[in-house]
Amino acid sequence: MTDSNQGTLPFKPKSKLFEGIGSGIIRVSAFTALIGIFLIFVFIFKEAIPIFTSEAVQETASLDKMVFKQEFREGRDPLWSWAPNSRQPKFSLMPLVLGSIKAAVIAMLFAVPLAVGAAIYSSEFASKRWREFIKPIIEILAGIPSVVLGFFALIVMATVFREVFGFTYRLNAFVAGVALGLAVIPIVFTVAEDAMTSIPQSLRQAALAVGANKWQVSMTMVLPAALPGIAAGVVLGFGRAIGETMIVLMASGNAPLTTASLFDSIRTMSATIASEMGEVVVGSTHYNVLFFIGTLLFIFTFIINLGGDLILRRIKERIQGKVT
Amino acid sequence: MTDMTTPPSAPPRTSTHIKITAETVDFWYGDNHALRDVTLSMGKGKVTALIGPSGCGKSTFLRCLNRMNETIPGTRMTGTVRLDDRDIYNGFGDVSQLRTRVGMVFQKSNPFPKSIFDNVAYGLRVNGIKDRQIITHAVEDTLKKAFLWDEVKDKLSHSAYMLSGGQQQRLCIARALAVRPEVLLMDEPASALDPISTTKIEDLIAELKGSYTIIIVTHNMQQAGRVSDKTAFFYEGKMVEAGETTQIFTNPQEKRTEDYITGRFG
Ligand SMILES: Nc1ncnc2c1ncn2[C@@H]1O[C@H](COP(=O)(O)OP(=O)(O)OP(=O)(O)O)[C@@H](O)[C@H]1O
Ligand SMILES: [Mg+2]
Repeated sequence: MTDSNQGTLPFKPKSKLFEGIGSGIIRVSAFTALIGIFLIFVFIFKEAIPIFTSEAVQETASLDKMVFKQEFREGRDPLWSWAPNSRQPKFSLMPLVLGSIKAAVIAMLFAVPLAVGAAIYSSEFASKRWREFIKPIIEILAGIPSVVLGFFALIVMATVFREVFGFTYRLNAFVAGVALGLAVIPIVFTVAEDAMTSIPQSLRQAALAVGANKWQVSMTMVLPAALPGIAAGVVLGFGRAIGETMIVLMASGNAPLTTASLFDSIRTMSATIASEMGEVVVGSTHYNVLFFIGTLLFIFTFIINLGGDLILRRIKERIQGKVT
Repeated sequence: MTDMTTPPSAPPRTSTHIKITAETVDFWYGDNHALRDVTLSMGKGKVTALIGPSGCGKSTFLRCLNRMNETIPGTRMTGTVRLDDRDIYNGFGDVSQLRTRVGMVFQKSNPFPKSIFDNVAYGLRVNGIKDRQIITHAVEDTLKKAFLWDEVKDKLSHSAYMLSGGQQQRLCIARALAVRPEVLLMDEPASALDPISTTKIEDLIAELKGSYTIIIVTHNMQQAGRVSDKTAFFYEGKMVEAGETTQIFTNPQEKRTEDYITGRFG
């Protein structure tokens, strides 16, 4: 049977013009963002260039001097020292890099188990109602301004920890790391939880149907399948931990030490820039070095975020079956 | 006419020919009364086909047989299901033990994002088998049983997603068979497959029959006719009629069965 109305609906030909304009706008905004990032990098790096070109700057702040131990006085042991304002300025980056790494590692050790555990609970075990309660609350943590977290760490956590653990320094890497962890938890949680909930229900059923219990389904099927996503969350969280400034500025004690102890004060790269950039003489060696630190931070976080993103893309493809 | 219909009122409990019986099963999803007073027995080593229009409760009934319905929140069931005369809902013990005895294959193939080998081995591992040799042997054995061995033996470590749709479904059958179940529940196992893959699945069912009690849901009347010994027709949550497949297809007792089979509705 044929319909006498066939082909009579008033379809409109699609406008090529609007399609062109639309995709044009999207392309321009994408490029603007890219150019923006590129320009930021250029402007930061520009101020760090004298480190590579100017002999006056290199006298105190050559790459070699920033990386390796220096002998500042005859007969004394060589050491890493960040003391930009002393009579004999010292620009070793090691205390700052070490401080950043210490704080970030403590933050991750604290945040990852909690965040992943919470994600497993929320995705696999919580009732629907509980889940709708937990998820927003953890995600609200992400919205707390870091200055508030820093303030909390400085006033409350530092005091409590000192009472409990008897720290020599009230403000130290441990306090800063745990506070930093609070900022990292929601990032890891959100990405990990999404990775787990995106595992299709049919796979859980298949696992149950061969006699797995709920715990086994979570641990031997969901968790391995979501692992790349969880790893991406961890990487993104690490990026945040390295770059975060306010919390460490307030809670770390800000002493550029190079001790192995996790309970000594530290100073991070980010906090150094934040606290010294305001007073530095523009164009001085110190100024150039601060920008060099900024460049390093930029590169670190860029690479970390890029890595996290690549992993995330891989997991999506894998779950859709494109990649072996 | 050979009427082999089991009288619904008195299922032969002690019969050695019967593997699973459902007695007066009612099932609710919240307020939705999805199964009404269903009584059906399924023969040992036989293939029982469940047919009926969409939404009549075939899948729901199937999931009552391995307690998968329990994983859906807000559901309720009354009645009794027996496996070898043992009530599977009361005093049976561990539900995972039941599910290793009553396996399930789903409509859409759902291999795990793991290697072919690990897919088949999964059921063994979660049930506490650690010995590598046992697992390796069982995987090979099962893949052969599922007629998949020759196609995958050189790529056991590859992702299961590398396989074609039909192969993936046979892998899922292998995964279910690996724990050596006695009963295999299949919910439209071939409905998403092309004709050749469908034939392979049907051949496989024919091969497995005898050693396994198979209960298969299908919308394909020819398929029900080809693979099954017994057919049960469901309609609006009720089991309307069950009997030997040839009888159901040639001489149905109920008008609704006849209407459905002849394609007048459904
Ligand atoms: N998970 C569920 N939650 C709520 N209601 C459900 C669920 N699964 C099925 N139902 C309802 O139960 C009734 C029977 O559904 P069921 O899936 O058992 O039918 P079916 O015979 O398998 O249908 P089909 O042939 O389309 O697969 C339907 O009314 C359906 O809406
Ligand atoms: Mg169904």
